[in-house]
Amino acid sequence: MDTLLNFIVAAVLAATPLLFGALGEIITEKSGNLNLGVEGMMFMGGVAGLAGTYYYEKAVGEPNAVVSMIIGVVCAFLCAMFGAFIYSFLTITLRANQNVTGLALTTFGTGFGNFFGEIMGNAAGGYVSVGTVIKAAFDEGIPVLKDIPVIGKLLFDYNFMVYLALGLTIILAYFLSKTKTGLNLRAVGESPATADAAGINVTLYKYLATCIGGGISGLGGLYIVMNSANGTGGVWVHNSISGYGWLAVAIVIFATWSPVKALICSLVIGSLSVIPYYYQIPFIHSAIYEIFPYIATVAVLIIMIFRKKKSNLPPASLGLAYFREER
Amino acid sequence: MTYENVKKEPLIRVAKRPELSSKKAMLIRFSSVLVALMIGGILILALGYNPVSVYAGIVEGSLMTPTALKATAKIAVPLLGAALAIAPAFKMKFWNCGAEGQITIGAIASTYFALYQVDNLPTPIFFAVTFVVSAIFGGLWGLIPAFFKARWGTNETLFTLMLNYIAIGFVKYLRIGPWMDKGQMFPKIPMFSKSARLPDVLGVHIGWIIVLVLVIFIYVYMTRTKHGYEIAVVGESISTARYSGMNVSKIIMRTMFLSGAIAGIVGWMLVLGTNYTLSDTTANGYGFTAIVVAWLAKLNPFVMVLISVFLAVLQKGSNTIQTNFGIPASASEVLTGLILLCMLGSEFFINYRFVFRKKTVGGDD
Repeated sequence: MDTLLNFIVAAVLAATPLLFGALGEIITEKSGNLNLGVEGMMFMGGVAGLAGTYYYEKAVGEPNAVVSMIIGVVCAFLCAMFGAFIYSFLTITLRANQNVTGLALTTFGTGFGNFFGEIMGNAAGGYVSVGTVIKAAFDEGIPVLKDIPVIGKLLFDYNFMVYLALGLTIILAYFLSKTKTGLNLRAVGESPATADAAGINVTLYKYLATCIGGGISGLGGLYIVMNSANGTGGVWVHNSISGYGWLAVAIVIFATWSPVKALICSLVIGSLSVIPYYYQIPFIHSAIYEIFPYIATVAVLIIMIFRKKKSNLPPASLGLAYFREER
Repeated sequence: MTYENVKKEPLIRVAKRPELSSKKAMLIRFSSVLVALMIGGILILALGYNPVSVYAGIVEGSLMTPTALKATAKIAVPLLGAALAIAPAFKMKFWNCGAEGQITIGAIASTYFALYQVDNLPTPIFFAVTFVVSAIFGGLWGLIPAFFKARWGTNETLFTLMLNYIAIGFVKYLRIGPWMDKGQMFPKIPMFSKSARLPDVLGVHIGWIIVLVLVIFIYVYMTRTKHGYEIAVVGESISTARYSGMNVSKIIMRTMFLSGAIAGIVGWMLVLGTNYTLSDTTANGYGFTAIVVAWLAKLNPFVMVLISVFLAVLQKGSNTIQTNFGIPASASEVLTGLILLCMLGSEFFINYRFVFRKKTVGGDD
């Protein structure tokens, strides 16, 4: 029972960064932009969030937990958004190839994260690390409620970013299916020319969706850097975010561009990545466990072949630049 | 045209350019690299270093001494090889992001022979066998995503990426599992014996000659053969290829086998020529950087030679500035990313032009 409980908690913790990445990418792709730079934006968000909280701590000496949460989230969001803005400018305004621009953003963002992470480390004389208050802010659950037996651990003992991700999932699901702006956004992704004719500002929608989506993806990077169960616990470790961004992109596909399904898929991939720490699987070497999530991803890519329904299809204009004068 | 219509025309609009001479296009691309280096320079300046001396440090640390030159060549050779591997796939618009994994699988195949069969084979046969086996295994690893793409249209970007992590994860298993060096505290795969190491030619392992031969091969293959033509047609339009009676599935699978095989050969030269052992960082990001190289070169093999040397200079030079200035070596990744982003942006100015609103429309003047 205890093992099961611990396993569920660990799975949720492991799923959260993937969910952030996937939610951001869903908004982005709904506008017709296939941004493969999720991993790069996660790196940018991660390093900026760490930098924000670290320098805040240095400035005040005795950091406040809530303020450091806000600073971390805002810094991560803005920096990842900056990465997404570069992507938007290149693909929307300058009509560059989306695939290659995304890969370029991943190269740039990975370098950006490692570079500044190490610059901060050099300045701090070795490595950069936040203090116990900020670490706790990104690790600890809801006070009082978390002490309820079983239920407290199961529902209330997660760090605030888990609840943030949950909230975002619900908001996004509502936004995309129930609001006018959400429907407009989907129209832009399905057929930009039609949306344009209907008076929707296609360029604005694409820019906003991509930048906000990028910011949300970046929060996944923040989570990995700041949380100690699934990341480095407020320390910059070279290439620590490597691989997560691509899993997030894959989850978007399995989730068929639905935020709620993205939540479920993240949980599946998350639990696969922690299962070996809780349950021994006979005949499989422990080193093989590490590649479970990737094997599962390939398996799902293949399974997806056999469930092609209309509602499962990607936005029709995904990956294509829209140029009004080429209609 | 009435006055009102003239008013409504925007001040600046964008129109397609007829065609730019290739000289001018190259000039635009070249200046975009300069812009990227300038942005990088501003960044270096903001961190409190002198950009001129940092850039000079990069050049010095990568080209100015024979040892540095050899080290740079050892980076450029596999990078060029991986870019050549990617080129046919990219021409086909098959986004092969899996060179990293294909290199790793080729390296695993060679390592098996280097660890367990080297004493049973005469040296030339050993190198020939490992070369072929690495190419076949790399090719098969590339064939997997191609098969699913050709049959059912799965997303090849993700598929190839996931295969990278699987291949690298398998190396980690071999490292702490069956191939572990028993005499070591830290789990790693043993170093190869002397007879399993590729000979040097002019101070760099013989792989560089093979890669230069591959440059010619890929150039001829892509521009002078029926296969190359088919790849180009599939890349431009799958429907056109189908209507003209081409077997698109076969072309996709054949091309990806070739792509993976060349990457496998890169794995062969990395383990037998550079590292003399296998580790989970054997592919060392070459497969990813190669995407940059191939794209910047517009898939032209000869331009790839220049670009891979250029990026190798950045990479090797960044290690030097890490020691000399304390600037992290990841600077090379930042610069590479910047250069790529700027070059992608510059394509716009090659394909489009700005049209300014004319003052004298409809004889107002």
